[in-house]
Amino acid sequence: MYRSFERYQPGQSPLHRADPRVKVVVTFALIGGIALTPTHAWPAYPALWTLVAGLAALARFSAWRMARLGAVALPFMLAALPLLITVPGPAWTLGGGIAISQAGLARFVAILLKSWLSVQVALLLTMTTSFADLVWALGSLRVPGTLVALIAFMVRYSTTLGEEAERLLRARAARSAHAEGRPAGGTLFWRARVAGGMVGNLFLRSYERSERVYAAMLARGYAGEMRRLTPPPLSWRAALAGAVPLLWLGIVELAAMLWWQ
Amino acid sequence: MCPAMIEIEGLSFSYPDGQRALSDISLRVEAGERVALVGPNGAGKSTLLLHLNGILRAADGAIRVAGVALTDRTLGQIRAMVGLVFQNPDDQLFSPRVFEDVAFGPLHMGLPEDEVRARVERALTAVGMSTYADRMSYHLSLGEKKRIALATVLSMNPRVLALDEPSSGLDPRARRSLIRLLQGLDGQTLLIASHDMRLVRELCPRMVILDGGAIVADGPTETLIEDSALLEQHGLERG
Amino acid sequence: MFLKPILAMHIPDGFLSAPVAIVGWLVTAVLVGLALREVRDRLGDRQIPLMGVLAAFVFAAQMINFPVAGGTSGHLIGGTLVAVLLGPWAAVLVMTTVVAVQALLFQDGGLLALGFNVFNMGILAVFVGYAVYVWARRALGAQPQAMLIAAALGAWVSVELAAMATALELAISGTSPLDVALPAMAGIHALIGIGEALITVGALAFVRQTRPDLLGAPSAGVARQSALIAAGLVIALAIAFASPLADSDPDGLERVAEDKAFIDKAEDPVYEVLPDYTVPGIDDEALTTIIAGVIGVLIVAGIGFAVPRLVRLNAPEKVRQQQ
Repeated sequence: MYRSFERYQPGQSPLHRADPRVKVVVTFALIGGIALTPTHAWPAYPALWTLVAGLAALARFSAWRMARLGAVALPFMLAALPLLITVPGPAWTLGGGIAISQAGLARFVAILLKSWLSVQVALLLTMTTSFADLVWALGSLRVPGTLVALIAFMVRYSTTLGEEAERLLRARAARSAHAEGRPAGGTLFWRARVAGGMVGNLFLRSYERSERVYAAMLARGYAGEMRRLTPPPLSWRAALAGAVPLLWLGIVELAAMLWWQ
Repeated sequence: MCPAMIEIEGLSFSYPDGQRALSDISLRVEAGERVALVGPNGAGKSTLLLHLNGILRAADGAIRVAGVALTDRTLGQIRAMVGLVFQNPDDQLFSPRVFEDVAFGPLHMGLPEDEVRARVERALTAVGMSTYADRMSYHLSLGEKKRIALATVLSMNPRVLALDEPSSGLDPRARRSLIRLLQGLDGQTLLIASHDMRLVRELCPRMVILDGGAIVADGPTETLIEDSALLEQHGLERG
Repeated sequence: MFLKPILAMHIPDGFLSAPVAIVGWLVTAVLVGLALREVRDRLGDRQIPLMGVLAAFVFAAQMINFPVAGGTSGHLIGGTLVAVLLGPWAAVLVMTTVVAVQALLFQDGGLLALGFNVFNMGILAVFVGYAVYVWARRALGAQPQAMLIAAALGAWVSVELAAMATALELAISGTSPLDVALPAMAGIHALIGIGEALITVGALAFVRQTRPDLLGAPSAGVARQSALIAAGLVIALAIAFASPLADSDPDGLERVAEDKAFIDKAEDPVYEVLPDYTVPGIDDEALTTIIAGVIGVLIVAGIGFAVPRLVRLNAPEKVRQQQ
């Protein structure tokens, strides 16, 4: 029931083999650029999509598949729905007294497109970069070593602890029986207390596991800092490869701000 | 023909990632029988047990417990009849005190308080831990936890007791007392998944060998256990 | 499927405007940086395995639910629970890790929006929850269940405030009008907060009975820090809430840019320092308020940083070691 950790799809495409540091930086830059796109710069969105599709092709993924996967954040659009009626300005009247604000619709569609594009970019990163490489990239990009280590530990132990939580849930399900003619389930408070107890149980086991992990680390010479191998310098080719999508992004955004609004 | 306690027909199950875990399992267990499920790791023993009370649901096949078919609607009823004891008792003991853990089942069923108390008392006595009601589950030894885990299930008065590797991790003394305990449960239908062939020989007159998700043998323990070729073929030892 | 965005607080990318998202990153970076320092001093080399595994614990614990009514279920977010168990600074790091991994690996929440997502669930929720916990525990004094009641209160308030902050950030970005988002988030999370409170209490009760040695009383220095930081953050939020940026009108930043007449009255020196600076998409006035907000939070962070130094100068505290 817990999700598997690997969105990563192993492969040998150019994007798979690209320097992970470059990929992380470009991902953030692209998402930032997408966010900066002025709402009404409509030609920018298909232009940005061609960039995404291009990167998908570089990863040997189908652009349509990425488009589908990018829809994962769409339910959140519910939060932006009120824009359709609350933004002041000219409106289109539909029948039955409903008027849709033009500015509101524009804003709504812009958010939809931005979100959809951003998710695809993020997915391209996680699908072409193994978790180990991602962690390495973060560390090389000067994310504080402690945080990087915490992320690595968390992912390492999430499967294990996730399985324990799964078994706790099964054990509870196994004893969640119904007797003839009686309402089952106990009170809400009781159920919450049981769930709380399960969480407490899981906490103690996790805490004690962390002590064993610590002891194992001490036994192997750990003294407080996670040592890392020095990352190799960024090659010119990698930097150049990363510059291309950034250039494309820059051109699109410039055009968006100067001409397309 | 009166219904058996457990009837499994044509059960097949694959994990979400496509891996086939059970292939066309058919099994019939009569009331009061004691059956051992043996097989190598990954044979599907635990998976099969998890189907018995609907924690896993198969796409193909039918399961009936005491004549009641396992469906979405009868889950609660089935779980009152099938008591499943998991391999790791830590997963089963999630209340701070032993009493609360053993009381969970009856409480969930909505039984009145004095009935709940009576059942807890009986269950704890049955496993020889009647003085443990106020102890913290978390602090007990593995052997003690396994008994409490058994009690948490016994308090539901199940028609069938299914145990997943009951003796794993136990020292010889704890193991002995567990076997004695199980032997003392007169008339209780038992389904025990285990590697422990000596326990199997002592407790279960009937043995079902599972391998690669399919039943490869089903017969009297005395006979099957002498067939060393068969045992070796399926990763078992005589013990 | 549509309930998810309301129940979960992870904001996806595209919903926060660029300036808002950047402010979120700045504020979070400062506070997480502080947390890294504090934790290193207090926990020593034990910190990484402890917090790393506990981050995994939070993730796994979020799977444990209980049926509420008609198919819905309550479950845990975890900020206050971890704060009570590990102290607020360690809790910040644990929750930061959880939210970051959720964003990086599961696209639960965006990458640009990660700044504020961490802030809402990992910093605001932690400090406010902890501050309320400490205060309530002291206020309840010798009551037998003081700790549990205080934790329940802290948990509930932390969820509420995190939800409100989320609504605020969406409003300032012009994504969701405040007069819709705020009541919706606050209202729904008032219920979710009850689930959080109940599970938090259940977990703490379990730990207290089984390993009471793991539950220390909050140290005075940390308590004071948390109160200050929580107060500062809430005040900063209140300012943002009251500012024209969060106007009921959903235009947020765009509207403010047009409403020059309104803003000119609230001109302050910072505006003159950056007279002709224009960032595409927003206007100077909006930038002013944002910068002022950031400065305000940095001041609070600075206080939070300075207080432990002062406290230690007066009364040397032993480094609190978890066993």
